[in-house]
Amino acid sequence: MAITREEVLHVARLARLSLPETEVERLREQLSAILDYVKQLDQLDTRGVVPTSHAIEMGTPFRDDVVEPFGDREALLANAPDRQNDCFRVPRIIED
Amino acid sequence: MANVPVHEWTLLEAARRVREKEISSRELTGALLARIEALDPKVHAYITVLPEAAAADAAACDEEQAKGALRGPFHGVPIGLKDIFCTRGVRTTCGSRILRDFLPPYDACVAEKVLGAGAVLLGKHNMDEFAMGSSTETSFFGPTRNPWDVSRIPGGSSGGTAAAVAAAMCFAGVGTDTGGSIRQPASLCGVVGVKPTYGRVSRYGMIAFASSLDQGGPIARTVADAASLLGVIAGYDRRDSTSLDLPVPDYLAAVERPVEGLRVGLPKEYYEGDGLSPDVRAAVEKALNALTDQGAIVVEVSLPHTSFALSTYYLVAPAEASSNLARYDGVRYGHRAEGASGLIEMMSRTRAEGFGDEVKRRIMIGTYALSAGYYDAFYGKAQKVRTLIRDDFMKAFESADVLLTPTAPTPAFRLGEKMDDPLTMYLSDIYTIPCNLAGIPGISVPCGFSTEGLPIGAQLLSKPFREETLFTAAGAIERALPLRRVAPLEG
Amino acid sequence: MEFEAVIGLEVHAQLSTRSKIFCACSTAFGAAPNGNTCPVCTGMPGVLPVLNRKAVEFTIRTALATSCTVQRRSVFARKNYFYPDLPKAYQISQYELPVALGGHVDIEVDGGTKRVGITRIHMEEDAGKLVHEGEFADAQASLADLNRCSVPLMEIVSEPDMRTPEEGGAYLRRLHDILVYLGVCDGNMEEGSFRCDANVSVRPVGQEAFGTRAELKNMNSFRNVEKALEYEIRRQVERIEDGEKVVQETRLWDANAGVTVSMRRKEEAHDYRYFPDPDLLPLIVDDSWIEELRATIPEMPAEKIARLGRQYGIPSYDAGILASSRALADFFEVSAAIYAGNPKTTANECIHWKDAVIAGTLSPETIAHAVEDRERGTISATASKKLVELVLSTGKPFRALRDEQGLTQVSDTSALDLLVDKILAASPKEVDGYRAGKAGLLSFFVGQVMKESRGKANPKMVQEVLKRKLG
Repeated sequence: MAITREEVLHVARLARLSLPETEVERLREQLSAILDYVKQLDQLDTRGVVPTSHAIEMGTPFRDDVVEPFGDREALLANAPDRQNDCFRVPRIIED
Repeated sequence: MANVPVHEWTLLEAARRVREKEISSRELTGALLARIEALDPKVHAYITVLPEAAAADAAACDEEQAKGALRGPFHGVPIGLKDIFCTRGVRTTCGSRILRDFLPPYDACVAEKVLGAGAVLLGKHNMDEFAMGSSTETSFFGPTRNPWDVSRIPGGSSGGTAAAVAAAMCFAGVGTDTGGSIRQPASLCGVVGVKPTYGRVSRYGMIAFASSLDQGGPIARTVADAASLLGVIAGYDRRDSTSLDLPVPDYLAAVERPVEGLRVGLPKEYYEGDGLSPDVRAAVEKALNALTDQGAIVVEVSLPHTSFALSTYYLVAPAEASSNLARYDGVRYGHRAEGASGLIEMMSRTRAEGFGDEVKRRIMIGTYALSAGYYDAFYGKAQKVRTLIRDDFMKAFESADVLLTPTAPTPAFRLGEKMDDPLTMYLSDIYTIPCNLAGIPGISVPCGFSTEGLPIGAQLLSKPFREETLFTAAGAIERALPLRRVAPLEG
Repeated sequence: MEFEAVIGLEVHAQLSTRSKIFCACSTAFGAAPNGNTCPVCTGMPGVLPVLNRKAVEFTIRTALATSCTVQRRSVFARKNYFYPDLPKAYQISQYELPVALGGHVDIEVDGGTKRVGITRIHMEEDAGKLVHEGEFADAQASLADLNRCSVPLMEIVSEPDMRTPEEGGAYLRRLHDILVYLGVCDGNMEEGSFRCDANVSVRPVGQEAFGTRAELKNMNSFRNVEKALEYEIRRQVERIEDGEKVVQETRLWDANAGVTVSMRRKEEAHDYRYFPDPDLLPLIVDDSWIEELRATIPEMPAEKIARLGRQYGIPSYDAGILASSRALADFFEVSAAIYAGNPKTTANECIHWKDAVIAGTLSPETIAHAVEDRERGTISATASKKLVELVLSTGKPFRALRDEQGLTQVSDTSALDLLVDKILAASPKEVDGYRAGKAGLLSFFVGQVMKESRGKANPKMVQEVLKRKLG
């Protein structure tokens, strides 16, 4: 199942991965090969089969509505590449 | 035992000797740090070594012990952790450039438990970037080498942990297994590796690759060591919603139990393909004989959807990964690209620079599989096939208590051999992947060597939460086949 | 050609939990930047969400109060997109399988009742806040404050059942009252606890197919929702009449200019890649839990208004004011039980002292005693008001203050006779005038008597005595 150059670029954009021109074709070939391989699943009739999202069958557990402050804001901010006024600073949000 | 060098002791032996004050934690830790210094330049099992912190912690253990206090069953014994487990204030990279300098402000549950049991942390083990790989070659920090033959890969993604244990650069370690990442490197490095039942070990603080498949587990040189380490890291954790609130049995006690009457299933599909090397086939046969000699019964079982497991895995895991790895956007921590003129460019270049090829490839596949119009054909389909694969196992376990299979189709391959061919690389996980899809536990136990002297492991699989059965069967194989566990590697 | 509008509303209500939906950080408003965050809500590696039980209970109670069917199994999904206010780069929400489906609320329009369908209710987490350096258009950088990340939200999606801005407004007010009544949302629109987006289209009357819809955002009050709907409906009708087409787009309400403006953002086609969140298992709700929660559902505003009118014989306008606050209505009922004499007066008093009642500074005994004493003529209306004020300022009981202040009215006829005689004797000219037909002079005498009694005389009785004496 060959995927197109445009699809590769679209997916890369969705995934926020900038792709140098030189990588597009190589990636297109590799992705096509992998998708070709996984298309073997089409051989299986899965009508009526319940999908498995989790290997375990149970309901999600709950936590009580109790506040437990983390208490170390500095440690949370310390890894930030850029920060200002105790906020995470990011470049301007421009359209392209 | 007197002639066995300190670093070759088992985890339990080392723990006993510290406890009985035959050796101090300082000496023990010092011996292992010296071993790392001598051997790790060849093997590169560690991303981060903590000589000062480990020595200081060992000294603290000795002081506490002098006052009569023991931290836990592994008091003062040095171990290592795969660099996927967050450690408070200790750099945690996940083998990636994007987390090269990340300092977590929290400990993973596994780290808490191991350290709480008294272990001394020697350092963080190398791994495939974000656990995506089968050879530890995708690490940003360079590949780890197999201590049995440094021209070969140690397997992956927990290759650093398996190599460090095999090279006796730690008494044991904890790795993670998403599609075989504990069992396959354990097999290739001649040590024991356990992938517990999904939900048995908390994933809190364990950096996610594919959340519905990831599970942490021990890598050690003996079955008993692995069993005792699993006993420490297993258990309910309220911070992980997929953690199961079930009591943790005495795994160590299971190791010595007889296998008389144990029904060992041989899934025929695992022995049919031509990808299985004759050396591996012969070694696994020895493991089977070891079990039948001790009274186990052989039953043939079928897992008819086995040939679809790899495809299923390579849709489910990348899809989850594409979402799990979206948080590495250069905003709050980790790498950020310089000089971007706007937000989208900053994020896109950060991720392009921060992730390696294999990670990007899987993010692309996963994004594609979830995208509008393709969800049903790919991700949705894979989830349904996952049900069929799981049902196969549940049916097989009606007639068998454990399944015996090879862990990997071949012994360790050479560095670089499969790096340019992702699909061939993926095939090295063909026997380990179905277990993760089904959420069942598995273990790899050494069962022989190839004609070239490379270790080979046998895989045992059981029903959910029957890790004890695995330890019983693996213990029987280990007793029948005494094999060298420490690689013959000189500094 | 005549057009009609088709309106559907999506309400995002912040659930009044103390902690966030998936971590234990506080939801309190106004903390220092990133002061209410932790590794989980800032999306650090390896950390995991755990669901807040209270958030689920609040959502189920809302579902029950709006006649929705609570789903025994619902699923949290990840909505994937990149933005600096979304730390994990996905929002945990519910998509294919929400917690509640198919309910309704009834609204009052043009003297009748109209039923507005509710399509679904689901839970999700909020995103953080971005502050731009300078004006958005030329901002060089933005600052992310993640305090709001993972604050629990409930999204309530209506059917496109409304046809006028008034219906939209009535639905929103009714829904708002229900949530506040349930105590699941504080309803504060300015702080964003209760937000509304609208889907609007128009079509020629009689046509069944929907027109192309616009999504309206940024309306932060009931009035603004109505105004924005009015504007947008007119805009769409005009476009069609001018031979142009309505485009499907998102438009922002500009309250200052009174117009809706296209966002004109060149958005990449939305592809959120929803899939079930593997970090959370399905939300399972069993019957006994539902029944337990059903038992906690209070009477809803519409039922309460009707019952208050029926039970106490008060006008529906007054019942509406009382029912606008659960606390006020409860207060009224307790007061009316203590003194059952005249519920209408009790209602008026409760409405008059509404702020103090809601603030919790008045007791129902105070109002009951005030009404009872007035009804019996023991005190005057003026004295009653003054006494309630004194209760508020001193905290002393109403009747103790009444006696202490000597504000009891003179209702004793013989005492009044003496007072009246005194006044009449002192005003012979006015007496003659009254007897000559100047009936208006009666109020002059009443005033004089009241003055003489220093306000303590019962004015009604004074009138009676005067009339008798002046015969």
